[in-house]
Amino acid sequence: MATDKSGKKILVIDDDIDLLLQVKIHLESTGYTVVTAENETDGYDMLTAERPDLVVTDLMMSSMDGGFKLSHRIKKFDESIPIIIVTGVSGETGIDFDITSKEDRMWIKADTILTKPIRFEQLMREIDRLLKD
Amino acid sequence: MEPLRVLIVDDEQGMRMAVRRALRHFTAGLPEINGEVSFEVSEAGTGEEAITIINETTPNIILLDFKLPGISGLDVLDKIDSVSSDMLIIMITAYASIKTAVKATKSGAYDFLPKPFTPDELKSVIKKAAGRLMLMRQARLLAEEKKKIRFQFTSVLVHELKAPLAAVEGFLQIMQNHMLGDDVKTYDEIIERSSIRLGGMRKLIADILEMTHIESGEKKREFSEVDIVEIAQNSIETAQPEADARSIGITLHNSAPVTMTADKGEIEIILNNLVTNAVKYNKDNGKVDITISQSENRFDITVSDTGIGLSEEEAGKLFNEFVRIKNQKTRNILGSGLGLSTVKKLALLYGGDVSVSSAPDAGSTFKVTLIRKQQIGQE
Repeated sequence: MATDKSGKKILVIDDDIDLLLQVKIHLESTGYTVVTAENETDGYDMLTAERPDLVVTDLMMSSMDGGFKLSHRIKKFDESIPIIIVTGVSGETGIDFDITSKEDRMWIKADTILTKPIRFEQLMREIDRLLKD
Repeated sequence: MEPLRVLIVDDEQGMRMAVRRALRHFTAGLPEINGEVSFEVSEAGTGEEAITIINETTPNIILLDFKLPGISGLDVLDKIDSVSSDMLIIMITAYASIKTAVKATKSGAYDFLPKPFTPDELKSVIKKAAGRLMLMRQARLLAEEKKKIRFQFTSVLVHELKAPLAAVEGFLQIMQNHMLGDDVKTYDEIIERSSIRLGGMRKLIADILEMTHIESGEKKREFSEVDIVEIAQNSIETAQPEADARSIGITLHNSAPVTMTADKGEIEIILNNLVTNAVKYNKDNGKVDITISQSENRFDITVSDTGIGLSEEEAGKLFNEFVRIKNQKTRNILGSGLGLSTVKKLALLYGGDVSVSSAPDAGSTFKVTLIRKQQIGQE
């Protein structure tokens, strides 16, 4: 495994505890250090306490736009922290949000937006890419 | 509301004028819509003219004479592309025979008005047709609304079924790739989580079956004298293992039977849901209190717990389908979000209802009211 990753810490926020566990296993297997939170509030506390190198967050948690707001707060806290938003937003959720639309993407402060169901290989690729810059 | 469009098709100008006059200032009170409606009359002197007007303006009510100079009233019926769902046809004739009446009805006529008729007779037939149109409109709206609700329900259901599948697939992938090493024991946690998610999925499927069964009305309801207290005791037995494991005490404040005429299975569903919830959402070392009371034809089942409770906002939506209160306190509690919506459906079947009083961290009290009706079971 790539040893240069061991110094990097990743904060993962999602209200699905099984997804958290899975992302944690995947990331740790490649050498990252992982901290997790199950909601926006804990996520922000964890951010300030742990100072992660990158944040992966769900879009909709206890509130519909929790991930949006959180991404703004994170960037305000430290603009250099890359953010990956993972979302299951689609027609069925009733939120009118198009992740392919430039305007919508500008509005949310994420460096990458990935759709659920999460593909771990893709998530790892994005993390590696964002942390290389 | 918009006036209904009436078309009078008759070759006698006097008749057309008479209809026009009779309906000019006429408004029909319609209990069907709790309102009234007025009418706008147009006329045609021949069948050919009528067809053009019908296809162009789609009148709501057509007064159609059998005997017309060119093509007959029956031909007109045949030539209309299709009788629109918002259109009724009333045949008028001096020579109504049963044979022509049957023929006309087969071609889509709604009613008959024998000639000669008084303005009041005309108004009465028009009023009846207007009422019928309103009912047809309401039925269509209802059908559309139902379709929409069905679609939303299916969307949420699909989402709820996909989530555990994704979770289990994710765990399988981890096992397949031996991501936690070669020691089998390290996989215990994810195996446990997988089976919990699959269990939740199984429960959801069972709950959906139960609910659609009740909703469809196809489930045969079998009424007998049932003892609600006895059913409560059985529900407590079912919930006892989990209650014991978390030191939760369940008390039933009845010993004498309380009987009512009901479907036993339905009362079991109500009590099972309430008692399991009271344990599931309780705190360790908590308490559950069950009281069943009767006053005349009214039965109250009250289940109180000392659990995590609900905010007012949460309580407001609790009885809707797929509503699960999601917060830090409920994160490890599994449920389909269908139980309480099913309880409500059943309570309504008994002319009763369900209510909750609660406050966060102060526990919740659920009360189901059932009404004994003489006619129950004779639907």
